[in-house]
Amino acid sequence: MSANAVPGLAFEEALLFERSRPGRRGAELPASDVPRVDARALLGGLVRDDLPGLPELSEVDVVRHFTRLSTWNAAVDLGLYPLGSCTMKYNPKLNERVARLPGFAAAHPFSPAQHVQGLLALFHELEGLLAEIAGMDRVTLQPAAGAQGELAGIMMIRAYHEARGEKRSKVLVPDSAHGTNPASAALNGYQVVSVASGPDGILHPEAVAAAMDAQVAALMVTNPNTLGLFERHIAEICEIVHARGGLVYGDGANLNALLGIARPGDMGIDVMHMNLHKTFSTPHGGGGPGAGPVAVKQMLAPHLPVPLVARSRSGGFEWRSDLPGTIGRLHGQHGNVGMLVRAYTYILSLGAEGLRRCSEMAVLNANYLLARLAGTFHVPYPGTVMHECVLSDRNLAETGVTTLDVAKRLIDHGYHPPTIYFPLIVPGALMIEPTESESLEGLDRFADALLAIAEEARSEPETVRSAPHRTRLRRLDETLAARKPVLRWQPDDSSR
Amino acid sequence: MQRMLARTGHARVDELFAAIPAALRLARALKVPEGRSEQEVFQHLATLAAQNEHAQAGPWFLGGGSYAHFLPSAVDALVSRAEFTTSYTPYQAEISQGTLQAVFEWQSMLCALSGLDVTNASMYDGASATAEAALMAMRVTRRRKVAVAAGLHPHYRQVLETYLAGLGASLVTLSRGSDGRSAPAADALDDDTACLVLQQPSFLGSIEDLRAAADAAHACGALLVVGVAEALSLALLEAPGALGADIVCGEAQSFGVPLAFGGPHLGFLAARSAQLRQLPGRLVGQTVDADGRRGFVLTLSAREQHIRRERATSNICTNQGLCLLMATVYLALLGRRGLRELAELNLAKAEYAKSRVRQTRGLTLPLAAPSFNEFVIGLEGPAGRALERARSKGIVAGLDLAPFAPELGPCVLFCTTELASRESIDRAIALLAGVAS
Repeated sequence: MSANAVPGLAFEEALLFERSRPGRRGAELPASDVPRVDARALLGGLVRDDLPGLPELSEVDVVRHFTRLSTWNAAVDLGLYPLGSCTMKYNPKLNERVARLPGFAAAHPFSPAQHVQGLLALFHELEGLLAEIAGMDRVTLQPAAGAQGELAGIMMIRAYHEARGEKRSKVLVPDSAHGTNPASAALNGYQVVSVASGPDGILHPEAVAAAMDAQVAALMVTNPNTLGLFERHIAEICEIVHARGGLVYGDGANLNALLGIARPGDMGIDVMHMNLHKTFSTPHGGGGPGAGPVAVKQMLAPHLPVPLVARSRSGGFEWRSDLPGTIGRLHGQHGNVGMLVRAYTYILSLGAEGLRRCSEMAVLNANYLLARLAGTFHVPYPGTVMHECVLSDRNLAETGVTTLDVAKRLIDHGYHPPTIYFPLIVPGALMIEPTESESLEGLDRFADALLAIAEEARSEPETVRSAPHRTRLRRLDETLAARKPVLRWQPDDSSR
Repeated sequence: MQRMLARTGHARVDELFAAIPAALRLARALKVPEGRSEQEVFQHLATLAAQNEHAQAGPWFLGGGSYAHFLPSAVDALVSRAEFTTSYTPYQAEISQGTLQAVFEWQSMLCALSGLDVTNASMYDGASATAEAALMAMRVTRRRKVAVAAGLHPHYRQVLETYLAGLGASLVTLSRGSDGRSAPAADALDDDTACLVLQQPSFLGSIEDLRAAADAAHACGALLVVGVAEALSLALLEAPGALGADIVCGEAQSFGVPLAFGGPHLGFLAARSAQLRQLPGRLVGQTVDADGRRGFVLTLSAREQHIRRERATSNICTNQGLCLLMATVYLALLGRRGLRELAELNLAKAEYAKSRVRQTRGLTLPLAAPSFNEFVIGLEGPAGRALERARSKGIVAGLDLAPFAPELGPCVLFCTTELASRESIDRAIALLAGVAS
């Protein structure tokens, strides 16, 4: 076992509701300075009796509860978190401090533009920076996550075709794509047509040409793709799609490989989202919030969501909604602004050279790990990768140890496992994205742990198959959870 | 670095990018300013922040779906723990139990507040949650028409229109009655209506008759979707689920989430267990580990895009995890009695403000329906001018309704949370009246 993690004391902690004691409270309200109102007398039957589903706890109860819960999580601040296509890079503390400034954190979305000029200026500048990084012309900051960005992008593509009197019915999606791609197309009423990757793991012009016809609205492509490979035929593929009147959507999930090195807009991509929580270091927060700004070429600009920030005649900034071709509004207000502030801070901190260096190091780290692990682990698509590499459990087949087991055993070594069983075209995939945040010795320790597990799969397969062993809880029964769903605590619950 | 390169079989970093055709490589540096020190970047951002008015600077009566409430110190202290902030989606349950248990606790509390059986692990915001609720109702009923009350937040309505545009669905609007509540629903509904979407309280603050709306919707086989923009109202008003709502969705920003210029906030979606399979978004469920000890996992993911792809219930692939955690901590701190008392305090402040309006010449209460912590004040002159006048005295005295409800004449939407002192209410109302004279 590597020295990355040692056994330690873990605390038990019940549910809030089980800790509850009648009469306790964790927040005192100020005394009222207005006449008391009898809600029931005023509102009658509109009023409810009580809130029996809420707990009663003191502040220290609550603080200990959540502090104990927090110790059960792996996190980037604790160590390597190599989830492929998620870009779990370090999140600088400055971003957090800046986002908490009251002028950002307590600003109200309905404040008139002239009273929130600092925010509008930030929006304007961030749009420009993201457009430059992506090689595109315009940007909307509204989408709250990459998937909502995809939705917006496909809607703009639909609006573009409709504005030309065309009604197209299909969207092409490579078989290596993230599940959000086909789901976003379907949510727009499109029929999804899968395009097979070639034997080398990338998309080939002939495959796209064969699937391409006048009914295809768009091709959605992730570059680098989910195998960590650069789609080297991308320019030709874009030309094929464009020649039949289609547009190309870029899934920006893997943009961390390309900052300052190549730009999707220069490849022929017409519209793309960027995941600020991946590439631009906003924290993942246990599942979100993210932010998914969408960048477009000029021909899609008439269809951007509204409102948009624009320079006003007085030299300041204003909101503009007078865009006849717009797809409409996508977010209740202006998007996940707190994330926009953090990403802007990150880009200013790194600058042009820092961004480029970030991608160079991310790609170097992925290739170094691949070099250390290849052979022991099967590499389905050999060669130089970009920011992530995909391995599989094929070389472990005779041991009976699977990718899931390897992932769970990594936990015992103190690592968050990589993304597993994705992309779907690689059976037993382990998708590893180390990011630029890791040092050489950190990568070596991680590689050592994976190699040790492969060895252990041969010498003590049962130990690997029953991992994890050093966590507070052992492997959890996901089948039971789905078969008999218990999705809330209830007072009569006796299943402890 | 040379050692690492050597291991990869390359001499220069440049070679790692050989797969990118030369014509596609950026031959110049990005036009992004040179990197700056932490101090310089902080000072630049602090300068931008200082150019924005905000709810901590003075009396604040602006709501309209985004509410200024007091944030207990423990919320940010706990949510700032890096184990919560810098983790991701809890796919690996054994090392994500902190996030998973917190989500389960949130789901439990939101079920209690909404009066329904199941809640997901959050949506982007109230607007997209409402759109997803309508899509869910269309899947459940296999119908294509959505009836929307005029009292739905105008931005929620716009987002709903955006989401429905590609699906051949039609939208009909249920008009507003003269007292602020929705007109009887029956006329807007027929046997192709998937759902009636009603906001409680409405955008203009009116408390709707949910039972009547539920009866009308159910009479023609439609679902009742209740949108909630001010989640604190759930602590005072009867649970929508208890009054017949089939889906309760909306915005829980009021539960300890900063205003942050409108996001990130906390969309939620609750439903009946019979419709569980059509629910979008992540769900956390209870299970046991190999030794039979209780634990939590993401579950029923066969509904989701990463498994079901184009046949998924939604394309959503994140949740508002950290905002959900803020709300869970907030509800735990306030608790069963504190949250109710807070809601009553909000109501009392609003009733006091209404009483002041009634005593003030030049101001009116155009809508007679009962309200919670937000209501409409009619003015004699343009609301924009009145609000600027109040701002010049350091008070943000509400939302100008001219773009949203021009038929009401000059008026503002006035919101009083626990932060509003009696004295500041008096001053704000005097300022709103002053401009009219």
